[in-house]
Amino acid sequence: MRGAPRRGAPRRLTRTEARSARAASGFLLPFLALFLLCFIAPIGYALYESLLKVERTGPLGLGGETKQVWAGLSNYAHALEDDRFTVGFGRVLLFGAVQIPVMIAFATGLALLLDAASARWVGFFRTAFFLPYGVPGVIASILWGFLYVPGISPLVEMADSIGWNVDFLGRGAVLWSIANIVTWQFTGYNMLVLIAQLKAVPGELYEAARIDGASAWQVARHIKLPLIRPALVLTTVFSLIGTLQLFAEPKVLKPLSNSIDSGYTPNLAAYNEAFTSNNQHIAAAEAVLLALVACVLSFGFLRLVGQRGKDGESG
Amino acid sequence: MSEANDPAGGVVAGEPGGPTDGPTDGPTDGAARGGPEAAPPGDRPGDRPGVGRRRAAKGREGLRPPLRHRIITASLLTVAALYFLTPVYWLVVSSTKSSSDLFGTFGFWFHDPHPLDYLHRVLTYDDGIYVRWFANSLMYAGVGALAATLLSAAAGYALAKYRFPGREGIFNVILAGVLIPGTALALPLYLLFSEVGLANTYWAVLIPSVVSPFGVYLCRIYAAAAVPDSLLEAARIDGAGEARIFSTLGLRLMTPALVTVFLFQFVHIWNNFFLPLVMLSDSDLYPIQLGLTSWQGYADRQPELYQYTVGGAFLSVLPLMVLMGVLQRYWRTGLTEGSVKA
Repeated sequence: MRGAPRRGAPRRLTRTEARSARAASGFLLPFLALFLLCFIAPIGYALYESLLKVERTGPLGLGGETKQVWAGLSNYAHALEDDRFTVGFGRVLLFGAVQIPVMIAFATGLALLLDAASARWVGFFRTAFFLPYGVPGVIASILWGFLYVPGISPLVEMADSIGWNVDFLGRGAVLWSIANIVTWQFTGYNMLVLIAQLKAVPGELYEAARIDGASAWQVARHIKLPLIRPALVLTTVFSLIGTLQLFAEPKVLKPLSNSIDSGYTPNLAAYNEAFTSNNQHIAAAEAVLLALVACVLSFGFLRLVGQRGKDGESG
Repeated sequence: MSEANDPAGGVVAGEPGGPTDGPTDGPTDGAARGGPEAAPPGDRPGDRPGVGRRRAAKGREGLRPPLRHRIITASLLTVAALYFLTPVYWLVVSSTKSSSDLFGTFGFWFHDPHPLDYLHRVLTYDDGIYVRWFANSLMYAGVGALAATLLSAAAGYALAKYRFPGREGIFNVILAGVLIPGTALALPLYLLFSEVGLANTYWAVLIPSVVSPFGVYLCRIYAAAAVPDSLLEAARIDGAGEARIFSTLGLRLMTPALVTVFLFQFVHIWNNFFLPLVMLSDSDLYPIQLGLTSWQGYADRQPELYQYTVGGAFLSVLPLMVLMGVLQRYWRTGLTEGSVKA
């Protein structure tokens, strides 16, 4: 962006503009090249692969030669007809519909409480809530896995001792046990995002409301909540994308629970399709479907709340 | 009330280009955030400029909430802290136990602890493969995050500070990249990389890790607000080249955003499981997460691996948790920069 052109030098202006465009492309190209390689190319390749299938030649289709042939949309049809894949999709959607609101509400509650608490312990609590974000999903799952498995888990042992029979890994419960792991990990992170936004709100606003006689609850409900709306939208969208990708938790818990099958989540289905069944074409179709649903849902959500991603300069 | 502490500090903390923004935060800002070093319980914010009026207002209105409220708040916070810390506590206790004690004794209390002995065995098992995994993780996350930060900084700076045709289009495509699930990309990327022989190498994990659309987004928003055009123009008149202006002025002014991007990407890469799982088959290249799940997978046949898994998990969590504790304050700047502006 150039300032006012210098007088008496119209020819230099075009030259500096050309220079500016050259410099901009120099700064942008390294990123764009890698973005192309790691984002655009895989999408293109997945689309391409998803439209092919492997055909075997030779007697009875068992012969040595295999070749890739055009498959049209048959891989997509196959994926969508596969009950395990669609049920898995429904499962993560149900998961998201329950876990995301619970987690965001939990994070909002903690953010508001910390914002209203006296200063002495705020630092300790904030750190305690945020700590689990430093535990990778896999480790968190291993950790909670131990806390779910009868025989090791002190939680099960304690419940048993008061005559309460819990099965964290049973058919009905395991999805919510996974939800607990995700909630445990990400509530503190979301809380921190919300707190950052709360702090960016001018304190005079709260003060004015207080002087007008608003209670702490009213301030939270009518001033703070509307003001952190953008952050709530942001955290919800990121949670949505994360939920659709659910993978590490079910993968780690799978050996512990026979209620988790190979298509428990769409990602698990695609992974097993590619590496267990060795069918990369169907796996590609499933990956495309997953990306499509993620984009539709997150754009849809942003549209719904009227918060299309804006760039900073126009905002 | 901590919120009554210092409105000005709060605003500055959220605003790019504020003089005390980000990692260079002085003690003033820490107090404003109600951090550990804040003034004693909410009452005396000290004599920082700008609080006098507020203190007067407080005295007039008695804004300190009633005792009942404070007790309710404190107990709710305590219950939440128990929820978040209990698994961590279990991990600490269990890392001092043998495999048989893991199964045989109450999980929330110590039994015949040999912490150093067991951790030593974790580190030396299988010719010290654990140490290798740890080093791999550090390398992936450290090198990856550093490269990602520089790439994002350059791209964000270009998008914020130059006008050229197609700028908004490029930015929107990059933004859409934020919304694409990384795991949906990993599978086709693996297929691509195996075609060119990159699968199962360090590069297979490193290359995708250096691309952070979210980092570009943050850097653009930040550079637009924190790098004044007049300064760039002055440097140009002085005859400085564009690359030099970027590396001396741009990078320096963008530092708070860069710290955020680096930390973000570091944790992202460190926590990433799907990408290395898909890309790597040679256990010498594994990051720590992948290594630990492979131990967990064998534990049925080799019971001592239960203990190694727990001990290894404990060791792997330690550095990152310390990092979280120290760094959570830096995290606040920039995270919601875009949404604050929107």
